[in-house]
Order: sequence, then C-alpha cells, then structure tokens
Amino acid sequence: MAADYKGQPILAVEGLKQYFRVSSSFTVKAVDNVSFRIYPGETYGLVGESGSGKSTIGRSVIRLYDPTAGKITFNGMDISKKISKSDSKALRTQMQMIFQDPMASLNPRKKVEDIIGEGLDIHHAYSSRSERKQKIDAILAKVGLAPEHSSRYPHQFSGGQRQRVGIARALIMNPKLIIADECISALDVSIQAQVVNLMKDIQQETGAAYLFIAHDLSMVKYISDRIGVLHLGHLLETGTTDEIFENPVHPYTRSLLSAIPSPNPVLEKNRTAESYDYRTSGLDYTKGTDHHVSGSHYVKCTDEEFQRFTAR
Amino acid sequence: MAEAKEKILNIENLDITFRTTAGPVHAIRGVNIDLYKGETVAIVGESGSGKSVTMKAAMGILAGNSVINSGTIEFSYKHEDGTPEKVDILTKDKKWIRRHINGKRMAMVFQDPMTSLNPTMTIGKQIMEGMIWHFKTPRQEAWNKAVELLKEVGIEDAEKRMKNYPHQLSGGMRQRVVIAIALSCNPDLLICDEPTTALDVTIQAKIIELIRRVQKERGISVIYITHDLGVVAKVADYVNVMYAGKIVEKGNINEIFYDPRHPYTWGLLSAMPDLDTDDERLYTIPGSPPNLLHEKPGDAFAPRNRYALVLDDKAEPPMFRITETHSAATWLLDPRAPKVEMPQELKNRIERMKKEAMANGSRL
Ligand SMILES: Nc1ncnc2c1ncn2[C@@H]1O[C@H](COP(=O)(O)OP(=O)(O)OP(=O)(O)O)[C@@H](O)[C@H]1O
Ligand SMILES: Nc1ncnc2c1ncn2[C@@H]1O[C@H](COP(=O)(O)OP(=O)(O)OP(=O)(O)O)[C@@H](O)[C@H]1O
Ligand SMILES: [Mg+2]
Ligand SMILES: [Mg+2]
Repeated sequence: MAADYKGQPILAVEGLKQYFRVSSSFTVKAVDNVSFRIYPGETYGLVGESGSGKSTIGRSVIRLYDPTAGKITFNGMDISKKISKSDSKALRTQMQMIFQDPMASLNPRKKVEDIIGEGLDIHHAYSSRSERKQKIDAILAKVGLAPEHSSRYPHQFSGGQRQRVGIARALIMNPKLIIADECISALDVSIQAQVVNLMKDIQQETGAAYLFIAHDLSMVKYISDRIGVLHLGHLLETGTTDEIFENPVHPYTRSLLSAIPSPNPVLEKNRTAESYDYRTSGLDYTKGTDHHVSGSHYVKCTDEEFQRFTAR
Repeated sequence: MAEAKEKILNIENLDITFRTTAGPVHAIRGVNIDLYKGETVAIVGESGSGKSVTMKAAMGILAGNSVINSGTIEFSYKHEDGTPEKVDILTKDKKWIRRHINGKRMAMVFQDPMTSLNPTMTIGKQIMEGMIWHFKTPRQEAWNKAVELLKEVGIEDAEKRMKNYPHQLSGGMRQRVVIAIALSCNPDLLICDEPTTALDVTIQAKIIELIRRVQKERGISVIYITHDLGVVAKVADYVNVMYAGKIVEKGNINEIFYDPRHPYTWGLLSAMPDLDTDDERLYTIPGSPPNLLHEKPGDAFAPRNRYALVLDDKAEPPMFRITETHSAATWLLDPRAPKVEMPQELKNRIERMKKEAMANGSRL
C-alpha cells in the first residue's frame, strides 16, 4: 500500500515483556521479549495460535497494563513510562483498539449512538446535535448498519452486528493507529470483505496504521503489508506478506500455513495439516536471536537451528 | 450412521418478531429445519440473518422483547429408562426447559463466550456445575472430568487453569471453556454458534476433531452455525443457507458447494477469500441486508440480486425442489423463468474445486 517506511515508525515496540503472576507457583509469560515496528499507513498482521499473546500485546500497547519490561514508542513519544494527563487524552484518540470480545467491551447500559459518539462527546467534535447524529449515522452506514440501529442496546444485536459497533466506535475518531483484535472474525465473508475494504479505504484517506490481530491467515494475507508470527509469547518470524507466505522458514510458521482450510468439501474431509509440537521440537525459544533471511525477513532461533531451517 | 433415520429436532414455520423503540423487527420469517440423529447440519448466512435467534428459540432462551408469532420446535429424546419423548419447546416454560433440556440434552456453545461465562466464578467450578446439578456427580469425579475436558479442548496446564477466572484467559481459551461446559453433560444435541471463530486453524481442527469423535462415539447430532465455509466443508452433512430470517437454500454438502442454485448462495461462495487469487479488492455482495423494520413484498434478496425477475418484487418465491435433498427459494427455478447461469468466475472456481477433488482420488 502507501505505507511510509522512510520516516519514523508510528509505533516501535522494543523488548516488550508482559508477565502475569496468577499464583505463587504459576506465572504466565504472556509476552516475552517482543520487538516490532509499524510505519504510518502500514498494516502489520499479528498471527499465532490461541493464547500466544496477541491480545496482550495490543492491550499493553494501549496501556491497559504496565509492561513488565520493554519500551513502547508511539509517534516519537515514550509511552511505556508514566504519562501526563494531557498526553493520555491525546493518546486515547490517536490510538484506538477494537476488542476481541465485543460484548465485554461495550457498555450494556448505553445505547449504541452514545457508545459510538463517546469520543465525539469527549472532544466536542461537533457543533450541533444534528451534526453528531449525521456523523454517527454515516459511520454506521459504512460498517453496514442502519440509522435505526443507533437507538438499540448492545445485547439487541447479532454477534456480527455487535462487532461492527466496536469497529464504528474506533473508526469515527480517525486515529493514527488502530489495534484491531480479531475484529472481523464473527463476520460472514461478504461483510468481512466489506469491512476490510472499508479499512483499506480509510487507510488510503487518512494514512492510519493498523495492527491487525487475526488467526484467519487468508484474510491476514490479503490485508497485511508485513506479518509477525507469534508463539508462546515469542515473535518467531517476521517479514513482508510475500516473504512469509512464499518462504516460511520457522517450522511453527510452516505448520500454521499448512493448516489453512480450503472451502472444498471433498478435499477438506481428507486433509491433515503438518503438525508441530514445541515440547517435542527440541527448540528453545528463549535462546533464539534474530537471524536475517532476506529483505525484511527475520527468524528468531539459534545459529544451529537457522542452518537446519534454511537447509531444506 | 443410524439405519432407520430418527428425527431429533424439527423446527416448523418458526416466525419471531422483536419489539424495539424503533418498531417491530421481524427477524425470523417462517424457518423450517430438521435434523436426524448422528447428523451434522450447518447453518450459514449473512450477519443478522437470524441464525442465532433461531437456535436460541430452540433452547428456549429468547430475549425478553421477543414475540413468537407462529411455529413449533419439536425435540425428541429418551428418558433415563429409555421411553421416548417428544416435546414442543415453544409450549414449555423456562424453568422446565432448564431442568430437563438445557445443558443436559441440548447444549449450546454461544457466539460471545463472555455472555455465557460468569466473571466471578473460576472456570473449573463453571465446568463442574452442570454435572453436579443435573446428575449429582460427586465433586472429585466432576473435577477429574473437567480437567480431562480442558485437556481435550487443547488447554495446557489444565489443573492450574481450573482456578483461573475468565478474564485471565485469552479469547480463544474462553471459547474452548464454553465448549468444555457444553460437552460436560453429554448432550444429545450440540448447538455450536460460531464455535471456532476466535481460534486459529490448528486448534480449530482439534476442536472439530473432538466434536466429531464425541459424535461418533455417542451418536449425537450437531448444529454448526458458522460463516466459515472452510469449517462447513469439513464438518457438515447438510447445509441450510439463511437470508433475512428465511432458509433460502438447503441441500447436502456437495449440492451446496458444487451445484448452488440460489443467487444469494452464489454471492456467498464468491465472497470466500481464495488463496489462489491476488485481487486487490475482495468481492462483496452488493447492497446491504434488508431492513427488517420495513418489510416489503416479494423476495427479500431481490434488491441485491442482479438476476432478479419482475416477479421477485411482487411475490415471495416458494421452495423449489431440485433433488430429494436439495431445494431453493428463487423464482429462477420456476419452469417459466428465463435460463440463468451462475456468474462465470464462480463457475470456474467450482470447476477448479471439482478437479482438485478428483485429483485427490475422490468421486463426487
Ligand atoms: N489478566 C491476565 N491474568 C493472567 N493471565 C492472563 C491475563 N491476560 C492474559 N493472560 C494469559 O496470557 C496468555 C496470552 O493471552 P492472550 O489473550 O494475549 O492470547 P491471544 O494470543 O490473544 O489468544 P486468542 O487468540 O485465544 O485470543 C494466556 O495464557 C492467558 O491465559
Ligand atoms: N433482542 C433483540 N432485539 C431486537 N432485535 C434483535 C434482538 N436480537 C436479535 N435481533 C435482530 O434479529 C436479527 C437476527 O439476529 P441473529 O442474532 O439471529 O443474527 P445472526 O444470523 O446470528 O448474525 P451474526 O452472524 O451476526 O451473529 C438481527 O437483525 C438482530 O439485530
Ligand atoms: Mg486474543
Ligand atoms: Mg449469531
């Protein structure tokens, strides 16, 4: 797309660690030493199995958690330390997150118009009630909902409609960075396509960058400029979409790509995917360092593993 | 599969309206679905087409602002002593359904896991609850079975996870906990509403495998609501395509994927992302779904259908029978209609899929 790789990145994450201490004997290392950058106008796809730490990265970036370690720079500003009230307010509009579980992130007692209009209200981004309504109706239409929907409560929607309310809420403020966490997973293919096309249009118009978290690799392939593959909190492989899809190096990435289902019943009923099990793989993620494959393509592993992976 | 087919669920002419401040929303407009023992049926269709509402009606858990205008939902099961029973769910009250049906004989995996999990209770307790309530299972036994189920849905460190609260789990883990809860009481009918949307393909495959195994072992019936046609291709025996509160096409899996007849089904299949193409923009079905607040006469899909006939704006098409198992509600199937073919791109794609299938040694 029109991603701008020359200037400074809109988001730089360096050595991010996010640990959760669940009990005295159980600490979850949800994110372990992860670094990546996103440039203005770029879409960075974050993929990986359930529980690999994708949402946690998103939530750390918008500062729902205090990072255990690491540095997060947004638009040139270090946001991993304490931030002032005014910076925090600016941040809340410039960076938006579309949450994975729409029911849990939408206030059940608020009408949809007030949920979507909240950002407008805080920033007094309209001069009259009718302008507010017009803005809300316009964004509703863009995500495929009707003006009549605005007076309903979240529970009065279908799952996919609710997901689109979350999308509309994030898009209405024209943020610089949108963290989209599985934001289209509950949508049928046609509306998925509509929303993805809409996100691309908005990116063209405003130069917004996306951190696109998803497990659906065919959609990630379609929307992303670059991709990062996450497993057990480690960012194992990153590169442009073509680099990853045409030359997956890490065995985990390879198993992930081989498991993409095809919409062909006879084939699908007979197919088995390449299997991968970390425990029996003999790999140790904590020992890995970034190895350069080509272009912007890197793999995290040891020297010996790198030789093995690339010898194929 | 069973020799003499036993019908387990029979939904007939279901019609439901919701009261809202903006007026009545006619969400379900005459749905018919049947399901036999041991079979898997998929319901696919656009967001808002009525898939979840239909199944919530079958579970007796519709929202308070709903009105059932007509219909029956017959569910057949056996008592503990083996005597058969058939009930119309719509005539039973919530309390009776909760005691005799929900969780025990019919279990549903909800689309939005947070709505069915209690945020203040550990997930272990939540999985054990049903077994203890319905079957008076001793605590230790329920605990063991819960741990076993967590392992089966692919959650590592299962014992430790038993003590987690829902917010301490990832989205996909929560979804799997809901699946574990649904399987805990060995239901006869499992309804999965987008059960694997938040799951990556490897774990999705594992869950599908698990459900299939349970199905083989115990002969249960499964309804999958999903927009993921890859999943449908993998699991379903029969497919119902829903549009604006109606089933517009039904057939066995090969009929729907290789010989679709309804223009909406054509659109749905065309909109599937295809790894083999590099199009800059994805195909979408033009227009937007009908506003269920303002009903119009005729075929609800007509305004978005480039193959629509004049008749479509006047009269609603009936279901036309194509084969014993395949039928579709479109006037294009009327003998008097002009001959219309599916879009060329879709035709090519289906040809390609058929070839791939043949090359793989399968007969169609
Ligand atoms: N608040 C928390 N307390 C304790 N553990 C947590 C918390 N939030 C996340 N975790 C744990 O961190 C790990 C990563 O979770 P995360 O939600 O980031 O996964 P994910 O990659 O988004 O997975 P999914 O695809 O299933 O949504 C999981 O093991 C989860 O249980
Ligand atoms: N309580 C309610 N009040 C008003 N309208 C409702 C209510 N519940 C559902 N609806 C409407 O009924 C229609 C069907 O909803 P349903 O949840 O069955 O859709 P769905 O096919 O499951 O869609 P999705 O794929 O998005 O989950 C939608 O248009 C929805 O907005
Ligand atoms: Mg997540
Ligand atoms: Mg639904």
